Amino acid sequence: MISLSVLGVELAYWQVTSLRVLGVLLAVVLPAGAFVYLFLFKMMSFMQSRLGPMEAGPFGSMQLLAEVGKFLQKEDIVPERADRRLFFIAPYIVLASTFLLFSVMPFGPDVYFTNLDTGIFLALGLSSVSVIGILIAGWASANKYSLIGGIRAAGQLIAYELPMVLAVVGVVIQAGTLNLQGIVAAQHQGEIFGFSGIGNPFLLTQFVAFGVFLVATQAELTQTPFDMPVAESEIVTGYMTEYSGLRFLLFFIGEFATAGAFAALAATLFLGGWALPFVSLDDNAMNFIGPLVLFAKILMVGFLIFWARFTFPRFREDQLQAFAWKYLIPIALINILVTMILKVAF
Amino acid sequence: MVAQNVFFYLLAGIILFSAFRVVTSNNVVHAALYLVAVLAAVAAEYVLLAAEFVAATQVLVYIGAIIVLFLFGIMLTRAKLGSDQDLTHPHWALSAATAVVMFGVMGYALVDQFHWTATPLPADTRLVSVDGSNSATVSDSVFTAYLVPFEVVSVLLLAALVGAIVLARKD
Repeated sequence: MISLSVLGVELAYWQVTSLRVLGVLLAVVLPAGAFVYLFLFKMMSFMQSRLGPMEAGPFGSMQLLAEVGKFLQKEDIVPERADRRLFFIAPYIVLASTFLLFSVMPFGPDVYFTNLDTGIFLALGLSSVSVIGILIAGWASANKYSLIGGIRAAGQLIAYELPMVLAVVGVVIQAGTLNLQGIVAAQHQGEIFGFSGIGNPFLLTQFVAFGVFLVATQAELTQTPFDMPVAESEIVTGYMTEYSGLRFLLFFIGEFATAGAFAALAATLFLGGWALPFVSLDDNAMNFIGPLVLFAKILMVGFLIFWARFTFPRFREDQLQAFAWKYLIPIALINILVTMILKVAF
Repeated sequence: MVAQNVFFYLLAGIILFSAFRVVTSNNVVHAALYLVAVLAAVAAEYVLLAAEFVAATQVLVYIGAIIVLFLFGIMLTRAKLGSDQDLTHPHWALSAATAVVMFGVMGYALVDQFHWTATPLPADTRLVSVDGSNSATVSDSVFTAYLVPFEVVSVLLLAALVGAIVLARKD
């Protein structure tokens, strides 16, 4: 069915599938690790005029492994009155939602897990599954701070899912498809006032949607300035308060892998995805260059996300809700209206 | 289509077990989570039927929004840890009888319509219709043949939304 003829081998269906499963695992872990080391450890430190981790490996590059080793050794504590089964399941639900997000992401002409006709629609649906994991974590911990954190997180994620979906609608209208590969192709084949050299990344026409999407992403990731669910000065660390060891690590990985997933979505929707200008979309070499191109774009979007994270102070809860319902959603709706009018007019 | 049948019965088993646990579980949060399992397995059945748009909608609307609102509401009001004995309604036997009657009527209607004959599968069972896009077909029919019902449902939902706000706000 699918041949990787650059290597000169025909792969059977199950071999292609196994490769894709491995690819998704890599796609989750690589951006998450890069985000933690490059942005959380190094960029944040430089912004605050300090060096960050320097001991483990050259420039502290092995610090990540040291941290993982530390978390794996820690005792796994479960509160006595907690709902044990749900307490154990919750971090896996959050992580599963992240993994499933990457299952619809295209990395090249044949490098994808599934090429669904409703790709972006399913991705937005799957991203909201993590809320269930967070709510369960808050409830099952048998701790009032955890419960408050879980409820804050749920309220926030519900509020910011709407502007995110509405921002994506503008892109979908312009591309004319829900398929992520189709959206990449639409940007690659587009032209700017007759100039078709670099295609037409939707960043140029959908810059309003890009801004709304990034703000909503920040809120969906519960990062500063939208980190009320884990506000350490008010409710310890929210739904993660009672978690330690491996399960805390899973939440931590989930947070940064989800940042990677949303960055990949933003790169695919607004920056042209894995496609390169002047290179045909069907070129077999793109199966190898495409993932690298997308990874570079993920890092660019990730830089923006973490720049905001390290710069702004925390919102208040009511400001956060008002910001979503009174500003972001109307802006996204107006963007849809203008896109529709222009789409029909041209 | 052996693999499809195997997965159909696997998912049907998950649906039946979880649906049974939704009504028998004596913790309201556990019941809501079993409902998540039911809805997710139904979404998987839609995928088996090559109705991926409906499956994605199921995930986005039911699991991502409605269940989250359920859990949100439960946790804001009453969400005891451990078992809660008030959950079983005193008239549960009557409800069970109603459910059995419903099952009988719907089962009879299905058998009466299709007579135990298997509907032939389309030649191409992949998740792509003949013209290449399922969701394009769905949206075409929604905005042409079913435009009026679609708009009526939209207005109905808007009315429900306004009504909910009117009921909730006393000022």
